[in-house]
Amino acid sequence: MEKVKLTIDDKLIEVEKGTTIHKAAKELGIDIPVLCYMNLEDLGIENKPGGCRICVVEVEGRNNLAPSCSTNVQEGMVVHTHTMRVINARRTVMEFILSDHPKDCLTCAKSGNCELQDMAVKLGVREIPGQEYAEMSEYKMDFSPSIIRDLDKCIMCRRCEMMCNEFQTVGALSAFNRGFESAVGPAFEMDLEYSTCTYCGQCVAVCPTGALTEKDHTRDVINALSDPTKTVVVQTAPAVRAALGEEFGLEAGTSVTGEMVAALRRLGFDHVFDTDFAADLTIMEEGTELLGRLTAHLNGDKDVKLPILTSCCPAWVNFFEHNFPEMKDIPSSARSPQQMFGSIAKTYFADKINVKREDLVVVSIMPCLAKKYEAQRDEFKVDGNPDVDFSISTRELAHLIKAANLDLNTLPKEDFDKPLGESSGAAVIFGVTGGVIEAAVRTAYEIQTSKKLEKIDFEELRGIDGIRKATVDFDGIPINIGIAHGLGNARKMLEDIKAGKSEFHAIEIMACPGGCIGGGGQPIHHGDSSILKARTKAIYAEDAGKPIRKSHENPYIIKLYEEFLGKPMSEKAHHLLHTGYFDKSNKIEIS
Amino acid sequence: MSSIKVKLKEQDLNKIKEICKSFNNEEGELINVLHKTQEHFGYLPAEIQEVVAQELNMSVAKVYGVVTFYSFFTMLPKGKFPISICTGTACYVRGADNVLQEFKRQLGIEVGETSEDGKYSLSCLRCVGACGLAPVVLVGDKTYGRVSAEGVKEILAEYQDK
Repeated sequence: MEKVKLTIDDKLIEVEKGTTIHKAAKELGIDIPVLCYMNLEDLGIENKPGGCRICVVEVEGRNNLAPSCSTNVQEGMVVHTHTMRVINARRTVMEFILSDHPKDCLTCAKSGNCELQDMAVKLGVREIPGQEYAEMSEYKMDFSPSIIRDLDKCIMCRRCEMMCNEFQTVGALSAFNRGFESAVGPAFEMDLEYSTCTYCGQCVAVCPTGALTEKDHTRDVINALSDPTKTVVVQTAPAVRAALGEEFGLEAGTSVTGEMVAALRRLGFDHVFDTDFAADLTIMEEGTELLGRLTAHLNGDKDVKLPILTSCCPAWVNFFEHNFPEMKDIPSSARSPQQMFGSIAKTYFADKINVKREDLVVVSIMPCLAKKYEAQRDEFKVDGNPDVDFSISTRELAHLIKAANLDLNTLPKEDFDKPLGESSGAAVIFGVTGGVIEAAVRTAYEIQTSKKLEKIDFEELRGIDGIRKATVDFDGIPINIGIAHGLGNARKMLEDIKAGKSEFHAIEIMACPGGCIGGGGQPIHHGDSSILKARTKAIYAEDAGKPIRKSHENPYIIKLYEEFLGKPMSEKAHHLLHTGYFDKSNKIEIS
Repeated sequence: MSSIKVKLKEQDLNKIKEICKSFNNEEGELINVLHKTQEHFGYLPAEIQEVVAQELNMSVAKVYGVVTFYSFFTMLPKGKFPISICTGTACYVRGADNVLQEFKRQLGIEVGETSEDGKYSLSCLRCVGACGLAPVVLVGDKTYGRVSAEGVKEILAEYQDK
């Protein structure tokens, strides 16, 4: 590789040709401020439209200032990153950006966690000259079931557009109009609800401002907790425990399971349960379905649909309903763990504690925004009463805990309640890419071969590559497994299946980078992908530390089947734990 | 619920497909496809953008982004006599804005709109290369130079009975 020598702030450095000034400076420990630029290195996702001009630097011999995020180094270049000219230019740029930005920071959902606000502080902006001449845009707010869009706060960094189009290939968002009126949104400025949006929330995860935020349900939860006629139960998804600590100043990758349980109990939830219990249940149903289809296939049944696709991820479900409706009978019919939990809580558990369905409120804590939409789907309601009443994100839970004046750091570690709080290590790894299929393999292997697994960890299914493949030996029968995270990668897998080129028996798909640990409802990572890696590590550590590591060995799952469901895929299980999918594609009609 | 319900006449649908095909259904040809399509239909309503997006295998949001970025493209049908006022630098400093305001007042429409009877539409453009005649107004293919706010009435009178 060709090398280039240059000087940055009087320091000599040699870097590879094609490196940007920003990256070269970083190697020297000089952190040039950026706003629109974002680099999720471990995932190969980079946004560098060079649009905001906050990262400008002075290059000797060049007339204008250079945007360091998108200017490549050259031999002999002499760069200055903090001359008076640079500092003034950055502040002027910031003043322009702020001139037509709403000034409601005090009540903005992103306050305290806003990259624009931080940058204004960093650059020492104390006044915004000329703001009286700036034209404020007046886009109407868009309230979808999962995501709220306030385009007046859009600064055109275009990170969301990049995630939606290049990484997810969803294509719901694009920049439109020009000048002061430019913003990012769906075609014809329609509401997200009518677009191809899957509610994956990756736009929210990367938005530097309050332009994209989640639909907040914390008030609803507080109201339910304050209502003496209601019994309120809570379920927490596996990825939440590996990230919640970040909101309380803990290092990324610090697992806070016990402290989270303690906080939920102090918030007033009557029963603190675990979505992991339902993840174990998912494995029983999905694993049985997989084995059923596999056995039929091996016995020569030509009509059986393979590969089977996992169906835990609601954004992924939305994605294939919009884009691949002709394949809607391929995914497993198993509901997601969130919905399985709701269904069991409002039948089996409600009966056990003798509470009427309508007096039981189920709250879920999710790393996800698509779960909000999923919870309100009609097929998951009984006489209008949803199985899951409110789904709140990891961030919203942190707000609730802080508002209650609780400090996660000083709370004791407590255990989940029984019976819906017991879970295996297999359930915990649902939170990372490859985890669901590893959990399924642990159970399917033992059921199919009647042998005990010698090695529980399937390293070959783990990793961060967007598309992974592995073959697992089921006692002489090779099972081909595919894994994809990110909907762009999922699309590739689906195109292969459509073309008859897929060699897989089973495929796990997660919409978000890294799986649920990188979900749209998690603490904002601000472009630092090492945070996702740290959360992944925490999840695998939690699995390794569990006494039970296979779903079918969870004693409360065994009991649930004995007392209530019968066996996996029974009629009752089918009714309560499975679902169907719908064609949501856009059709052209001829009149 | 999905996005806009697309309803088109079969011959129109086939025409859009034919245009896309003439550019090998390539995403990179979007602007050319939109040009040709607008030339044929006169404007680019949502339905047409949906079909173009499907044919070029790209998101309709992207197509909409391009349509709204370039002022040449319009989502509204143009009037029988499309009026364009040049607001380029030369025309602007010589009073194009006054002329524009007068057209708006006389026609009761905003820039980008079409009068209710479908007769006139109003748009702005940037420089037609006749700066010596500034401010310049175009009605269809006909050019008017050194237009003043007072002269607007006279121009419109020409088209009154057409």
